[in-house]
Amino acid sequence: MELIQGLLVQGVQMLLVLVLAPGLVGLVRKVKARLTRRRGASLLQPYRDILRLMRKEVVLAENASWLFRVAPYAIFAATWVAAALVPSFATGLQFSWTADLIAIVALLGSARFFLALAGMDVGTAFGGIGASREVMIGAFAEPAMLLTVFTLALVAGSTQLSVVAAFMASPEVGLRVSLGLALVALVIVAIAENARIPVDNPATHLELTMVHEAMVLEYSGRHLAMIEIAAALKLLLYVALVGCVFLPWGMAAPGSGLAAHLVGLAAFLAKLAGGAVLLAVFETAIAKMRVFRVPDFLGAALMLGLLGTLLLFVSRSL
Amino acid sequence: MTALEAGLLLAAGLLALGPAGALVAQRTGGAAIVSGASAALATAFVAVGLWALLAAGPPVRTVLPLGLPWIGAHFRLDALSGFFLVVLGLGGAAASLYGIGYMRHAAAPGRVLPFYGPFLGAMALVLLADDAFTFLVSWESMSLLSWALVVSDHRDAEARRASYVYLLMAGLGTMALLFAFGLLAGAEGGYGFEAIAAAERGPEVTAAILFLMLLGAGSKAGVVPLHVWLPLAHPAAPSHVSALMSGVMTKVALYAFIRVVFDLLGPVAWWASPVVIILGAATAVMGILFAIVDGDAKRILAYSTIENVGVILVALGLALAFRANGMTALAALALTAALFHVLNHMLFKSLLFMAAGAVLSATGRRALDALGGLIHRMPVTAVLTLVGVTAIAALPPLNGFASEWLLFQGILQSPGLPQPALQLLLPATGGLLALSAALAAVCFVRFYGVAFLGRPRSDVAAGAVEADRWSLAAMAVLAALCVLAGILPGAAVDLIAPAVGQAAGGRVPPQLGNPWLTLVPVAEVQSSYSGFLVLVFTTASAMTAAWLVHRLASRRLRRGPAWDCGFPLADPATQYGAGSFAQPIRRALGGTLLAARERVEMPPPGDLRPARHAASTEDLAWTWLYLPVAAGVGALAARLNGLQFLTIRRYLSLVFVSLILLLVGLAVWN
Amino acid sequence: MDGLAFDIAHLLAGGLVLVSFMMLYQDRLYALLNVFALQAVVLAAAVAWQARIQEAHHLYVTAAIALVFKAVIVPWALHRIMQRLGVHREVETVVSIGPTMLAGMGLVALSVVLMLQLTAAADNPLAREDLAFALSVVLLGLLMMVTRRNAVSQVVGFMSLENGLILAATGAQGMPFVVEISVAFSVLIALIVIGVFLFRIRERFDTVDVGALDEFRGDRQ
Repeated sequence: MELIQGLLVQGVQMLLVLVLAPGLVGLVRKVKARLTRRRGASLLQPYRDILRLMRKEVVLAENASWLFRVAPYAIFAATWVAAALVPSFATGLQFSWTADLIAIVALLGSARFFLALAGMDVGTAFGGIGASREVMIGAFAEPAMLLTVFTLALVAGSTQLSVVAAFMASPEVGLRVSLGLALVALVIVAIAENARIPVDNPATHLELTMVHEAMVLEYSGRHLAMIEIAAALKLLLYVALVGCVFLPWGMAAPGSGLAAHLVGLAAFLAKLAGGAVLLAVFETAIAKMRVFRVPDFLGAALMLGLLGTLLLFVSRSL
Repeated sequence: MTALEAGLLLAAGLLALGPAGALVAQRTGGAAIVSGASAALATAFVAVGLWALLAAGPPVRTVLPLGLPWIGAHFRLDALSGFFLVVLGLGGAAASLYGIGYMRHAAAPGRVLPFYGPFLGAMALVLLADDAFTFLVSWESMSLLSWALVVSDHRDAEARRASYVYLLMAGLGTMALLFAFGLLAGAEGGYGFEAIAAAERGPEVTAAILFLMLLGAGSKAGVVPLHVWLPLAHPAAPSHVSALMSGVMTKVALYAFIRVVFDLLGPVAWWASPVVIILGAATAVMGILFAIVDGDAKRILAYSTIENVGVILVALGLALAFRANGMTALAALALTAALFHVLNHMLFKSLLFMAAGAVLSATGRRALDALGGLIHRMPVTAVLTLVGVTAIAALPPLNGFASEWLLFQGILQSPGLPQPALQLLLPATGGLLALSAALAAVCFVRFYGVAFLGRPRSDVAAGAVEADRWSLAAMAVLAALCVLAGILPGAAVDLIAPAVGQAAGGRVPPQLGNPWLTLVPVAEVQSSYSGFLVLVFTTASAMTAAWLVHRLASRRLRRGPAWDCGFPLADPATQYGAGSFAQPIRRALGGTLLAARERVEMPPPGDLRPARHAASTEDLAWTWLYLPVAAGVGALAARLNGLQFLTIRRYLSLVFVSLILLLVGLAVWN
Repeated sequence: MDGLAFDIAHLLAGGLVLVSFMMLYQDRLYALLNVFALQAVVLAAAVAWQARIQEAHHLYVTAAIALVFKAVIVPWALHRIMQRLGVHREVETVVSIGPTMLAGMGLVALSVVLMLQLTAAADNPLAREDLAFALSVVLLGLLMMVTRRNAVSQVVGFMSLENGLILAATGAQGMPFVVEISVAFSVLIALIVIGVFLFRIRERFDTVDVGALDEFRGDRQ
């Protein structure tokens, strides 16, 4: 019985993240539009875009190799698996022990690796510029992320997300400055990883500053659709991660009934909406920074993570 | 016949391949026979090593009447040397297999074959040695034979310079080892490993030995700042020898460190571990930074070896820290991570050196900026190399990630250590390791993206042909092992366990009983990872997605010119190359660490010369350590040169003065 | 002391260190002044919280002084000075921001290790922690003074160093009120002196880069 429920929760989670991801992107766009006094496209627009792209013919550059054609599916799969392992509405995911937080981050690293390779494949200047900058951003984001993980592991005694979430929901957490620092660091990493302002502008084209869009410039049709879904999934993953670790309230515990799961679902939707609004406000309020300022920005996240661990040692050793 | 005797016979066989190689080198097919024989012997070493690992009994010892007459040569086989024999055997077998094809188009097989088998044999003898003399003799033979292989391409000025620097550094390393064993000697000058292990020594002596081992074994393994010879020497050798030097010889050096520090030295104070950890972290970050800014395919791989040695060294330091505090199980975890990474690095680094060798023989070029588009011309090599770069970039579900994940789990346990200095150091080290892992991904996106993807940047790259079958087979074996070790990390951990148990006195829990081949280093509530399931899930979702999309949405496809924002430029030089790809990292991190400078030369308006942009980096170890030392030695030598042109009377007075000084010294001493 | 009171004190003291890092991160002078004001606010809150849990009422005065002088008057005055002088608005650094922050990290680690070892015998955990954080803030202020060229940012570094001293003093069961008053006044006087000094440099050399002073030193080659 417990196994069936676990499998069920896992299956629902997999489908849920897939279904909600484009909606999250749509919501962010909508809120951003409203904040700049535009009406904005419908919430459903990303779904329509993806369906349209899926049905369109692929135009492949002449010297694109098989890697270019396989990469979108690999990127999508890695991101999807990672997103399916971050507890969203219930902690009792059947396969949550497959990968702890470090492995989830590394899975996203695999996706980035293949995306950067695909950017290099056609042999254009834009693909290369995007790939080289994307990997630089990743090189600074990953250590910052690891230090955040370190802080969490120190507080919760685990890198297993369901355990961390359960611990953070318990009253023994207390008010910790380290957790605040970890949260800020995680948000900075999330902004950089998802190519949002101020690190990258998701709405830009034909600019020398673009990073993510430059890499996927040669993609079209169903390949582009897969990459768009993967990007949306990644955004959802990070919102779910922040929610799961820092706002774990409302998540259904393993073995609880249907009502608890519905509550968890509602709470998850509320967290997503809150995350989308905050992201949109932040993006509207801030200007994009120069590419070579990004290491400083991520360096700040790295430092916050390290400071968080240091402060934690201070309070632990008293 | 015991396993040890079998191992010694195999080593003797490898040594005998030297003269045989010299005899048959000029004949057609001779190289293939010798390489095949060494492949067979190396494969047998895998069996011997596995035997020792699985039997997990007490060490087997034997004495042969060789070497110094009243001592003989002592040999032993235990789990630790068994594990390294497996590494040596796998690497040696793959390299020899590759050599069958590679040596066919070698310019001078007579300069490679006589040394190749003995090089393998000498490394095996280092692993089997049981007394200081045997160990040092084997070590020095290993150094000299590899030196001979480095200088095999003697017409290349760069190779000659590399071999010169290598010889100097190898001499320095052996000297440090000599002193270390001198200090290690047991009661009444016992130089057998058993006597050494039984001896007691004070903390100062222990610290001195540790330092000397870092100098001796570290210089061979490529620890910063003793790394300078490695990126020169490893690439200069023929590619399968490069694979052996990077994949196996650095591991033999690490074996020496583990054998002495963990097995023979006895308890080491905790403050030794931060030294090892800091050295390791610096080595990891600096190694991969050098790799990112370098433009030569084989040198990139050599620099990346330095990085991986750094990672292993951090794990060893962590194990030392845990062991000094009596936390045996965690020490075993860190040591398991170290040994697992030893195995993994041998697999993917050998694979990548062979791939670089295949590219080198297909195009004749090592510079990344002369390559490009090889995925179309060398499809099989491209697939196998892709496995290698994914593994070395520490990405799941391949093996590089599995061992780095284990190491991170070890670091996450560091808050349990009682020393505040270690508690604060290790999170920072974890951050540096994550940085070096992420930088490794940068490095190998660049390596693969510039060499194999994009459009060819030269005619030779456009006309490249696929490597021969033997080379492909060797690479395929290694790639398969990379995948296997990635999805079955539990099996590898269990296999390593006896070696870990011998060196650290504990072991991680058995892994093979876990459901779904999951790796659970401490407890499941803390962390777990299943490379197998990750592979299954990602493959299944990718397949399903592709199938559904092709089935339900669209499968039409049209080839057209590249889009490139409307300005596709025909010249392949407009692609991102090795230098431009490295630019963001060079700017962000290279300024201080690599003394990276960029110079733009802009001609004045009206001048028709093109503008020029030049970027330069330097190895600060050369500038601040080696060049001053070399200048000092040179100046001293110039001073002493005058001593060669004295009159006889002056020579006599010199001798006289030294004699008097000696006697005065004696008088004061007593 | 119950858990929550300790947690809040920890939060505020840790926040002070964090704000010190934020000051190191800034590359605009006006933003630097705002962050400095923020640090003073955090300091005032930390001191006030200490006053509450130690039931030492004179500390409220210390908090008020910090709030009035350092969060309002000093930033406002520096703001005015900068406007009057038309100072270049960017922070000019000797060492770039990344390495500076790494060095700062090392300093925090050093002070934590040092203080936790030195005060191992003391039984008041809060005082020990405050001392560790206070030393960090002091060292970070010093770091800021040595790695910035511009006189205004050096002044800010000095003031933030002084914030660290106040934190140390309050953690160690408060300091006498008279001392506190005199410290506050001395800081104010320092500000005035430095302000005058700034005007003078500016008049003579048309810059507030203290490097310009070096050219007029007799012993320099």
